Amino acid sequence: MATTNIHTHHEAHADHHEEHEHHHGNFWTTYIFSEDHKVIAKQFLITGIFWALLGGTLSVIFRLQLGFPDMSLEWLRPVLGGWITVQGKLDPEFYLALVTMHGTIMVFFVLTAGLSGTFSNFLIPLQIGARDMASGFMNMLSYWFFFVSSVLMFISLFLSTGPAAGGWTIYPPLSALPQAIKGSGTGMTLWLVAMAIFIASSLLGSINYITTVINLRTKGMSFTRLPLTIWAFFFTAIIGILSFPVLFAAALLLIFDRSFGTSFYLSDIYIAGEALAHDGGSPVLFQHLFWFLGHPEVYIVLLPALGLSSEIIATNSRKPIFGYKAMIGSMLFIAILSFIVWAHHMFVTGMNPFLGSIFMLLTLIIAVPSAVKIFNYVTTLWKGNLRFTPGMLFSIGLVSFFLTGGITGIFLGNSAVDIQLHDTYFVVAHFHLVMGSASFFGMMAGVYHWFPKMFGRMMNASLGYIHFWLTFVGVYLVFFPMHYIGIKGFPRRYYTWTNFDFAQGFTDLNMLVSVAAILTLASQFIFLFNFFYSMFRGKKASANPWEATTLEWTTPRVPGHGNWIGEIPSVYRWPYDYSKPGAEEDFIPQHIPYSETPESNLPHENDLIKLETSDGEGAIVVEGTKH
Amino acid sequence: MMSLIILIGVVLVLVILFLIFRVSNLVGIAKGKEEEKGGTWNKVNAALFVVFSVGGLIWFFYYSFVYFDDYTLPIASEHGKRTDTLFWITMWVTVVAFVIISVVMFGFIYKYQYDPKRKAKFFPDNHYLELTWTIIPAIVLSVLIFTGLRAWNDITAPASKDAEVIEVIGQQFAWTCRYPGVKDKELGKVHYKLIDNFGNEFGLDLKDKNSFDDFKSLELHLPVNKEVLLKIRAKDVLHSVFLPHFRVKMDAVPGMPTHFKFKVTKTTQEMRDETGNPNFNYELACTEICGQGHFSMRMPVVVEDEESYERWKASQESWLKQNPDYLKDVPANLKEAAMIKAGMEKDPGTSVATVKE
Repeated sequence: MATTNIHTHHEAHADHHEEHEHHHGNFWTTYIFSEDHKVIAKQFLITGIFWALLGGTLSVIFRLQLGFPDMSLEWLRPVLGGWITVQGKLDPEFYLALVTMHGTIMVFFVLTAGLSGTFSNFLIPLQIGARDMASGFMNMLSYWFFFVSSVLMFISLFLSTGPAAGGWTIYPPLSALPQAIKGSGTGMTLWLVAMAIFIASSLLGSINYITTVINLRTKGMSFTRLPLTIWAFFFTAIIGILSFPVLFAAALLLIFDRSFGTSFYLSDIYIAGEALAHDGGSPVLFQHLFWFLGHPEVYIVLLPALGLSSEIIATNSRKPIFGYKAMIGSMLFIAILSFIVWAHHMFVTGMNPFLGSIFMLLTLIIAVPSAVKIFNYVTTLWKGNLRFTPGMLFSIGLVSFFLTGGITGIFLGNSAVDIQLHDTYFVVAHFHLVMGSASFFGMMAGVYHWFPKMFGRMMNASLGYIHFWLTFVGVYLVFFPMHYIGIKGFPRRYYTWTNFDFAQGFTDLNMLVSVAAILTLASQFIFLFNFFYSMFRGKKASANPWEATTLEWTTPRVPGHGNWIGEIPSVYRWPYDYSKPGAEEDFIPQHIPYSETPESNLPHENDLIKLETSDGEGAIVVEGTKH
Repeated sequence: MMSLIILIGVVLVLVILFLIFRVSNLVGIAKGKEEEKGGTWNKVNAALFVVFSVGGLIWFFYYSFVYFDDYTLPIASEHGKRTDTLFWITMWVTVVAFVIISVVMFGFIYKYQYDPKRKAKFFPDNHYLELTWTIIPAIVLSVLIFTGLRAWNDITAPASKDAEVIEVIGQQFAWTCRYPGVKDKELGKVHYKLIDNFGNEFGLDLKDKNSFDDFKSLELHLPVNKEVLLKIRAKDVLHSVFLPHFRVKMDAVPGMPTHFKFKVTKTTQEMRDETGNPNFNYELACTEICGQGHFSMRMPVVVEDEESYERWKASQESWLKQNPDYLKDVPANLKEAAMIKAGMEKDPGTSVATVKE
């Protein structure tokens, strides 16, 4: 094992020199069809930011309808054209299209590709000490598949029949029958094709992440010395590989039903004056398949954010993350459980109630590792020396959302309580906080924290603080009131509630939510300005501006192709030696051997010194046998 | 013209903001001391977290107590009381946890803000702490799980034999009810291929004699204090029956009939008296996205005491009587019975007994 490692390492090293020759000067290979993980990460990030803005804008348009139902939207006609009715209102069918696309874009294109794609690509090689991903070519393909998928999804917005409009969960028969809703015509076809390509992209990425983490770790980087970010990306990639193919299957069968007359999901349908020939299918089958991805997807989105924030909170608390192994354990447990809780989205679909009981039991168990994570974060803050960098602020924001949104999961996971709450605004509040906002904050935290390594410059901190506070308060103002609206029973995906007596009132809260949504979106432009301005004009960063311990901060200010000039540093300790008693500085990077820090070594660490001298080779073997 | 002025105004504001940003940046550089760790901003951020958490918690409790009646719906079913109790138990458990964790977390954030003179405590793990906060949530959750499971099992248990059976059918974008009729109290068979545009919206199979006295209603009438079994189906896409006051929700699935049993505890009139709203009405809403008119799928619901309910049922014309053309689909040997059952011919009294088996 050890020899293989070293061997790979030398090979990578040699590669680096070779590639150096022909990797300069060509714009296309450097910035467009690049195989460098850092460039690919930035490509994912920029595309993700584009989608986030678009997805956010869509949500503001439908929030206008919900918060100000009497407002004339005539002024949107230049953009939306025929989707504004003669009365100057939003077309109800387009409202559903907006809701659908907002969900699709945010879940897949922003929080899966934009978050995981960016940071897995950027951080995995840098933090494990690798020159690049295991396969740079596959990595490049992963981005370009995502790009093609993006283009198709984007085109679908401009169809005369509109984009997919059956909700982001695209439940058939609605999504299968163009007679049922216009969006199920070409819009849905493009949705399915785009998602199929997206899944390919995601799989290419995930396979690469897993391979890289397993095979390309530098000398001494045992699994128990991996930063929590890497653990999170590793689990995320495994979840992705196991669950995305199921969505692919679900989509494929839906394509068959739509285009080739099969009956996987369709049966007993009478629509638009005729009884369809489809017979024997089950719409509930689709829901099972969809949520078999759909629920793990929540953790595909959330785990990377938790990984990033673990790292950032430890660094800025100047303390080791509390319970490193418990954090890994809880992530592993969450990852496993995430596969066996999917049907809690389906308590009232007519599924056998016994299944409901089982899934309720499993679902509520997942609250335990989640609670452990929150307690560990809080304990990490205890007796720390907290630096509120923008990255730290967003990480704290994440923990806060994870707590607030996670708690409501205990209501929804209880099938008896879920009967009333299912498909109301309570659900909307729940998942936007726990998965949407928490992951979004993790992404923001990551951008602020690793921007210096991405672009060699610092983002403006003051603007970062303003951005954080506006967004943090804004998000709470958007989603907290929705709990009340949901308890009252307001159903989701309603164009307006005027038809129902029970869903009257709350015009004030709905207005507040909409105003807060607009302000929150507006404050993202502070970030955008900061991001692009700092990229070119920001203060030059030092190589390790946050005084962090992980390997990426040992690279030059702007790491070039191959990441390290000369040899890749070896790793001698875990990534969280912050404020170690006896040490002069309040951090000891991972590449500093114990032999150099006799003043701060713990007794068992002194024993490891002997192994360090034997060129690291022995160290790996012993590490291996020890664990 | 106006929009041009607005545009210029916006551009000016942005330019000014940018200039302020540049100047403050340059001033910072001129001062030579860029915002160091633990500077003013660090204190401001720490303080803001406290302001935010205290303000947020006060607002949360204030709103939750003062506007309690505005955001809760009255309950009018037996199992609804149970699920609502569970809801509020969960609420109290989680709110206590939420407040404790929030206070502790934001307290730490304020208390341990950066101080160059201090060094953070090296505290990498503690198994007792980890075990404690694994076991305590596990115990609390088990209690919630088991109370929830018992409620769920009772709610989803099979309905009793004498439950009042009513069929609710969802289609784009309306609900329809079918009652089994007062004579046989059985719903007739249906098949989706029999649905047509001319009147047979149920797809009623007229070869089945149970279908003769079935009747249609666009209002859902329910008896109070009697178990009701809603049989739910959909004709085109997914819909979902939502009776908010009864805490009932169940999807309507094409090709897979579903059901929900419950017992209503208050008549419409009782609810009007209780809420002091003379216009109060129970309602049925759709909660599964089903297309353009999803938001308008409303069916009025009327709850009466059993006597008026039976009277109402008896006063309804059977579907067959309203659509006499379909008599042609009734097998010849059943025509007589059909006419009588559907109320199209006077019941000749005793002779019926033989027809009715």
